[in-house]
Amino acid sequence: MVMKRKVLCLALAALMVLGLLSGCGGSGAGGGQGSADKGDAPGASGEANDGGKVLNIYVWNQEFQEKFNANYPEVEKLSNDKSITYLKDGTEVHWIVNPNQDGVYQQKLDEALSKQASAPADEKIDMFLVEADYALKYIDPDVNVALPISQLGITAADVPNQYKYTLEAVTTADGEIRGLSYQATPGMLVYRRSIAQAVLGTDDPETVAAAVADWDKFYETAEKMKAGGYYMYSGRADTYRVYSNNVSAPWVDGNTVVVDQNMMNWVERSMKDTQEGINNNVPGQWIDEWNKDMGPDSKVFCFFLPAWGLDVCIKPNVEGTNAAQDWAVCPSPQGFYWGGTWLIAANGTDNVSQVKDIMLKMTSDRDILRSLAVNNGEMSNDQPLMEELAQSPDFGIDLLGGQNYIGVLSDAAASISLANVSPYDQGCTEEFQNTFGDYFNGKIDLEKAKANFETAIGERYPELKSGGVRWPE
Amino acid sequence: MPNEKKIKSVSYAKWGYIFILPFFLTYAIFSVIPLVDTIRNSFYEYYYSGLKAIGPNWVGFANYAEMLAADLPKYAWNTFVMWILGFIPQIVVALVLASWFTDARLKIHGKQFFKVVIYLPNLIMASAFAMLFFAMFSNSGPVNNILLSMGVIGEAIRFMESTFGARTLVALMNFLMWFGNTTIMLMAAIMGINPSIFEAAELDGCTHIQKFFKITLPQIKPLLTYTLITSLIGGLQMFDVPQILTGGQGAPDRTTMTLIMYLNNHLQAKNYGMAGALSVFLFIISGALCWIVFKMNTDPDPDGSKFAAKRARNAAKKGGNA
Repeated sequence: MVMKRKVLCLALAALMVLGLLSGCGGSGAGGGQGSADKGDAPGASGEANDGGKVLNIYVWNQEFQEKFNANYPEVEKLSNDKSITYLKDGTEVHWIVNPNQDGVYQQKLDEALSKQASAPADEKIDMFLVEADYALKYIDPDVNVALPISQLGITAADVPNQYKYTLEAVTTADGEIRGLSYQATPGMLVYRRSIAQAVLGTDDPETVAAAVADWDKFYETAEKMKAGGYYMYSGRADTYRVYSNNVSAPWVDGNTVVVDQNMMNWVERSMKDTQEGINNNVPGQWIDEWNKDMGPDSKVFCFFLPAWGLDVCIKPNVEGTNAAQDWAVCPSPQGFYWGGTWLIAANGTDNVSQVKDIMLKMTSDRDILRSLAVNNGEMSNDQPLMEELAQSPDFGIDLLGGQNYIGVLSDAAASISLANVSPYDQGCTEEFQNTFGDYFNGKIDLEKAKANFETAIGERYPELKSGGVRWPE
Repeated sequence: MPNEKKIKSVSYAKWGYIFILPFFLTYAIFSVIPLVDTIRNSFYEYYYSGLKAIGPNWVGFANYAEMLAADLPKYAWNTFVMWILGFIPQIVVALVLASWFTDARLKIHGKQFFKVVIYLPNLIMASAFAMLFFAMFSNSGPVNNILLSMGVIGEAIRFMESTFGARTLVALMNFLMWFGNTTIMLMAAIMGINPSIFEAAELDGCTHIQKFFKITLPQIKPLLTYTLITSLIGGLQMFDVPQILTGGQGAPDRTTMTLIMYLNNHLQAKNYGMAGALSVFLFIISGALCWIVFKMNTDPDPDGSKFAAKRARNAAKKGGNA
């Protein structure tokens, strides 16, 4: 009797322990299954499969998701919370959204990509989106997380109309293209017609363009704005891209962070503008104050934005107000671009043919690209179409009071070069703006701001710590 | 005969060990192994560059040296300042409220209601609370708008851009979130004091203030110690409130960067070596703090017998000499 009870107790205890251990062992054991680790077999085409029922797409906001739902012909219906799009062939498109700020999106994406080999078919990432600031990190052939489009069966000949720079930006050293984009992102100056009327006497884009033709003229106009009780622009982050796109070298050289003279020019100019009240001293973008500066009651004259900014930034702030058509565009004093979204097929996808179709349709189908331009104010990635629209007297959007903004952008689009981007751009950009923010607020001196930037970069990118930061003379 | 002896020596104690085994196994798997692993990691250079792993390479104490040479003391100081700024008002207000609520002479109506209300802020997620404060105290937020429209200030106060403003906001949030919890605990402690002590004191003509300082405070000392320790450890781990309020920047000039925010920076960069070294520092600091506070508040001679024995010994020595 006693013996029996003993055995029973031992058995129960053993069961408990087993239960505990099996819970932990599960994930480890799974690692052995599935295909070979992605890092070990670069370019192995056998890894991609077809016929999966779930298509997982990593994104950082709803922008592409909405454009996809509205334009992709295979879309049947959406789930109630819009997190799943059902396609006509029964495939479910799952949208996994993580915000871009502070590298959250990259962190989540990195985590998921590292588990790609062992993840069950329906949880594998099939496609993800990247921005110009960190595209290089993901298309690196050595890490091999992005499928070259040639492996999907797409060649450059399939996308003849795309702006060359959008292809060059994602072409790697081995000559493979690893992504496609549906947009071109040259920048322009978006200004408020009513303030132009009040200060310059006219809201005509030609005249305003002449008043901001270069930085000297821009600041002459800015003085007039100030005298009239207005702000020329919102905050230092607005002009940041105009300076950072006109640098002479990438942010990182070897393992040294190189601060370009033009970045220090931005610091100097921003400090001056903040102190003199040329800008409204808004500390950043994508924040409440920035949105208010775009709103109907604002005294801010202009914003530096690419075409997507019209739809994503300005429109939501003025929709249904008296400022809903109070906008116009003209060329920026200095050319720049901002952003740019590329669709990338993830290595290990089990939906190759669908990913191929989505990438092709969304980036080169002329009807879809036309719809993006007309309905979303997008500068679509189709050079002949954009040139056609630029000449079209019928084309114009309500937000700009019917102005045809494509004409302003199409020259700029042809001259964009992403030669000076590095895989570290998002981190350098965020940390540079953050650490110098305290300087603009008068809390610390220039030397302290520089030291803080060095600290922040060393924390964010340990591999750059040994190289240090080189400041211009 | 031998058989009988064996039966007598059957010990049921081992069942106790078997039944607590699951806890120790769980503890080992989820606490001890990660702890040892963290300590091991702290001696290696090990991080990710993009998607490529660098290391692990053995570097000895290099991570520790770098950590100390860098701004670690500054972040420790930031954490301490923000904790103490929140803790002092928290304990003072909690003591006052607890003694009011438990005073038999003050007949406060709706005690239960107030207890719930003061506890409510603790039920909100810290990050949500920080978001709320971020929105309220932003440069164009409601607090500035109200002050502006009332004419109290001429232009918006930029709370989050000054060290004083940002630290005060963090401390204020910590205070608001935790004073209710502390009040409830102190009330329990005060209600545990024998009422006859208070009655006797009142008969002897003791004032309210005297009662508070001479009876209540000494009687609840163990619980005050407990509150101090838990708050100190909670303060060391201060993270979500300043992280959300400053967007992870510890702005301005990294003066609201707490130790755990600094740790989080390393973890975001997947820098396991530095993060490990920092964790070991935190482990040592919290261990030392606990030990100091514990020593400060435990009476090594609770019934006076050791003191008496010592005096007796001394007296005996003197007697012998004389």
